[in-house]
Amino acid sequence: MLYAILCYNSEDICGAWTKEEDAAVMARLGVVQDKLAKQGRLGPVARLLPTTAATSVRKAREPLVIDGPFVETKEQLLGFYVVDCATLEDAIETAKELTHANGGVGGYEIRPMAVFRPNSDLGSRA
Amino acid sequence: MTDMAWIDAALTAARPQAVGALLRYFRDLDTAEEAFQDACLRALRNWPQNGPPRDPAAWLIMVGRNAALDQTRRRKKQEPLPAEELISDLDDVETELADRLDGAHYRDDILRLLFICGHPDLSATQQIALALRIVCGLSVKQIARAFLVGEAAMEQRITRAKGRIAAATVPFETPGAVERSERLAAVAAMIYLLFNEGYSASGAEVAARAPLCEEAIRLARLLLRLFQGEAEIMGLTALLLLQHARAAARFDAAGSIVLLEDQDRGLWNRALIAEGLALIDKAMRHRRPGPYQVQAAIAALHDRAARPEDTDWAEIDLLYATLEKMQPSPVITLNRSVAVAKVRGPAAALAMIEPLEPRLAGYFHFFGVKGAFLLQLGRADEARVAFDQAIALARTVAEAAHIRLHLDRLAKESRASC
Repeated sequence: MLYAILCYNSEDICGAWTKEEDAAVMARLGVVQDKLAKQGRLGPVARLLPTTAATSVRKAREPLVIDGPFVETKEQLLGFYVVDCATLEDAIETAKELTHANGGVGGYEIRPMAVFRPNSDLGSRA
Repeated sequence: MTDMAWIDAALTAARPQAVGALLRYFRDLDTAEEAFQDACLRALRNWPQNGPPRDPAAWLIMVGRNAALDQTRRRKKQEPLPAEELISDLDDVETELADRLDGAHYRDDILRLLFICGHPDLSATQQIALALRIVCGLSVKQIARAFLVGEAAMEQRITRAKGRIAAATVPFETPGAVERSERLAAVAAMIYLLFNEGYSASGAEVAARAPLCEEAIRLARLLLRLFQGEAEIMGLTALLLLQHARAAARFDAAGSIVLLEDQDRGLWNRALIAEGLALIDKAMRHRRPGPYQVQAAIAALHDRAARPEDTDWAEIDLLYATLEKMQPSPVITLNRSVAVAKVRGPAAALAMIEPLEPRLAGYFHFFGVKGAFLLQLGRADEARVAFDQAIALARTVAEAAHIRLHLDRLAKESRASC
């Protein structure tokens, strides 16, 4: 079984780390990642830019674009995509396309990535 | 992170919201600040034992408010302070309080707090000092160090600023749309000022003043989280991130200025650049351009260039032209002339800045830029005069040293040609 492990933390606190503190945290996490990679168990790893960089697309007949993260608590996080987009506009178009393919409630939160390591060895196991 | 470091960071992060709410409640800055301090002391005793609360800001507001009320009651009746245990279990109250304080309330509380610090009645230095003390929670000692003054002098400056604030009435009612946008603009200007105070440092001051840039970025991100759809706040945050991203490359080991084209671009902070670029992308969608967005777009063009020769000077020229229309100022025209020199040559650039001389006669950068254009045109004698004028106007050793390099080179060249 493949598992997604989602990272939660206080943005205020992480955002206030100095470059050195940040690097130290990333180095400690890197040790865990390296171990998993050596065992052939690691898939993609990503670090997202802060929620201030987020844009949301809410499902509706004419999907609604909103600045900021997806804040509703009635819906749950059910999945995610990693898509290469030239601009934010492209990313919004992609999210709208997904909305048309699967309407109803909820929506998509678009977050630019600060770090992305594909670690694609897991491709055949899904 | 250790527990204590985490608590410290959590208290700092909760501070604007908690002090903002306490200020609304007590309508007095000193009382609000004391109440928050009191709550922090209790948090330091309570959190390591009971674990951090679900919502640190709500906990601090609740405890701070109770502590201040106790203080007042005690003063009135000389009653003993209730035991610590009575406020240690706050689960129920906390939830209730968090429910009552909706997002919109927080937003206006924090905006009011920031607006008070950036109040038009205060001088620029007072605004910055007050914001650092009250919103960012820096100690008077830390602020004094950043401003290169003694602690007592800074204490006095902050006290005086608070006095002015008390005298100037700031309404506590929820602001209307117009008032809110005016407050937002004043706060954005204050944050920009705070950033520039750190950014314009040079030489030995750089390390002492770096926290000013970091605090400004923290406040800009905070403001953007509160006003997610404001294109100019996206622009402001992007501008600060894109400028600060180059911090490590802006000075050499000796503290001398390294010009943009000579900077080691490997030292630029890629994470900050990525965040800044993402915010500009977001802002552009709104099609409501403003000075912060345009300046951020200019900074982005520099940050995007892998090598100096990749810089899109033609686009920078256009953006400066836009900025000139939005905020006509000789300094902006002067900045534009640097792009013009790259696109249309130094003669055109020189012709552009010559009419500015009467208004920029006391401005160091004017003569530095003029000298550089004259030098490029091979007019060495006139260049030397301009550089001498620049040195006479230099405000820092680093500025003077930078111009001295040009003069030394000129002297060497003229010796060689003799």
